[in-house]
Amino acid sequence: MARAVTPRRKLIFTIVGWSIGFLIFFPILWTFLTSFKSEGTAIATPPQFLFFDWTLENYHEVQSRSDYMKHVINSVVISVGSTLIGLALAIPAAWAMAFSPTKRTKDVLMWMLSTKMMPPVGVLVPLYLIFRDWGLLDTRLGLVAILTMINLPIIVWMLYTYFKEIPGEILEAARMDGASLMKEIVYVLTPMAVPGIASTMLLNIILAWNEAFWTLNLTAANAAPLTAFIASYSSPEGLFWAKLSAASTMAIAPILIMGWFSQKQLVRGLTFGAVK
Amino acid sequence: MATLQTRATARLMMSPAVILLFLWMIVPLVMTLYFSFLRYNLLMPGTEEFIGFLNYQYFLTDPAFFTALGNTLMLVGGTLLITVVGGVLLALVLDQPFWGQGIVRLLVIAPFFVMPTVSALVWKNMLMHPVNGLFAWIARSFGFQPIDWFAQLPLFSIILIVAWQWLPFATLILLTALQSLDGEQIEAAEMDGAGAFSRFFYLVLPHMSRAITVVILIQTIFLLSVFAEILVTTNGGPGLQTTNITYLIYAQALLQFDVGGASAGGIVAVVLANIVAFFLIRLIGKNLER
Repeated sequence: MARAVTPRRKLIFTIVGWSIGFLIFFPILWTFLTSFKSEGTAIATPPQFLFFDWTLENYHEVQSRSDYMKHVINSVVISVGSTLIGLALAIPAAWAMAFSPTKRTKDVLMWMLSTKMMPPVGVLVPLYLIFRDWGLLDTRLGLVAILTMINLPIIVWMLYTYFKEIPGEILEAARMDGASLMKEIVYVLTPMAVPGIASTMLLNIILAWNEAFWTLNLTAANAAPLTAFIASYSSPEGLFWAKLSAASTMAIAPILIMGWFSQKQLVRGLTFGAVK
Repeated sequence: MATLQTRATARLMMSPAVILLFLWMIVPLVMTLYFSFLRYNLLMPGTEEFIGFLNYQYFLTDPAFFTALGNTLMLVGGTLLITVVGGVLLALVLDQPFWGQGIVRLLVIAPFFVMPTVSALVWKNMLMHPVNGLFAWIARSFGFQPIDWFAQLPLFSIILIVAWQWLPFATLILLTALQSLDGEQIEAAEMDGAGAFSRFFYLVLPHMSRAITVVILIQTIFLLSVFAEILVTTNGGPGLQTTNITYLIYAQALLQFDVGGASAGGIVAVVLANIVAFFLIRLIGKNLER
């Protein structure tokens, strides 16, 4: 764009932009700051913003809770596990749909999307009963299975839009040179597909990490991930703001950083390619 | 092009994902449908019997259903209003060149990555607490009476929290759409003497309309199922003031163990969601053809 940007205009938008950004980010910043306060300082009036005695005590205390590490591990196992299994199922499917499409490919894609529209409460009752009867309630295995199925449509769709961008001529050239299907996949397509697969993986780990319907309904103590662990602060421990803040900061920090890296893919993934 | 052999291979590659998804969708849904015609309470085992549409009759004539339906509409509508209007304005600001644009963008999208239970508890306790919360302090500093958010405006409080979580999503998508707008078109309009407002209403807004529709439809799908935010802040109360359809069915199933009634409710929720999904699927399908 050749439009001239006057310094004055730029300055105004700098001020407006930063103010809005600060306001929106503030609850997260406030949580972060509060996590370093003592419980007394956390509820002090007027609030203490920066000049208080910074302490790491809350982090020690949250981590020393015997079950804390268990919840972290649960979150990691559930989000990474469901994403990897989802990828294993989706990569061949998306591959086939992108490179040897048939008349029905589009219908299959739309149908997969439609499964994502089903409200979870619609199937809460039978799944709860199935889980109860099969002994899957409050197990990581059960949650991995559910989250895999929940995110599978998104994984297929994202991969499909990435694979679609790989030019078909390259495949034809490889075939002309006598490459078998396996060779074609391993040596030609995979290297080109890795970036797309990586960003799909990242976004899905984020979605699974933050999922809070099934994780809250189907876990109790053993398989509860961090979403459920934090929910246990709703009462009466919610009164301990500094500890709530420390636990919250630890629960969101890794995913926030991953999210910042995947912001471009977020749009593609969540709109099913409708907005790029 | 595709030989018979590759076509067979392709089918084989697709089948695990397709079969699993099919089972995942059909089996529980059929079970829900079946249960919805039974008298079936986990607390009274052995009394299951077929009762036709009685569960639906109870569910749909229960005053709680209408309260929950109203709350659901308020929650979805209110959140959409805040996020779409806010998202358009934010996208317009973020589209302008300014210092530190990239960092502000990161700050704005951050709330989307915060897990629902964390955002709900942080807002409820540390910001909205009527005595020690930050909002109460701000109100008092300006000489106002602090609002007891969850006692006086429970549903609105939840709308605020949910809107904060979804504003980044709307902003990001609308910004993406805005950035694909042709700069020369705007320039031409500017030269023809179109003011900032007419440029916005006749050029920018029509260009974004598709993205806005996508935002509305996708958010509606997710907002119909808001659950964690309600569970950790109000438990649906006070009374039924913050109970939405999702929470009502959850309470019926896992707190009252009324499998039949909850299943009927679940089917009603599926039907409601499908009305929205119908339009969304058509929109995305159209896009796929291009």
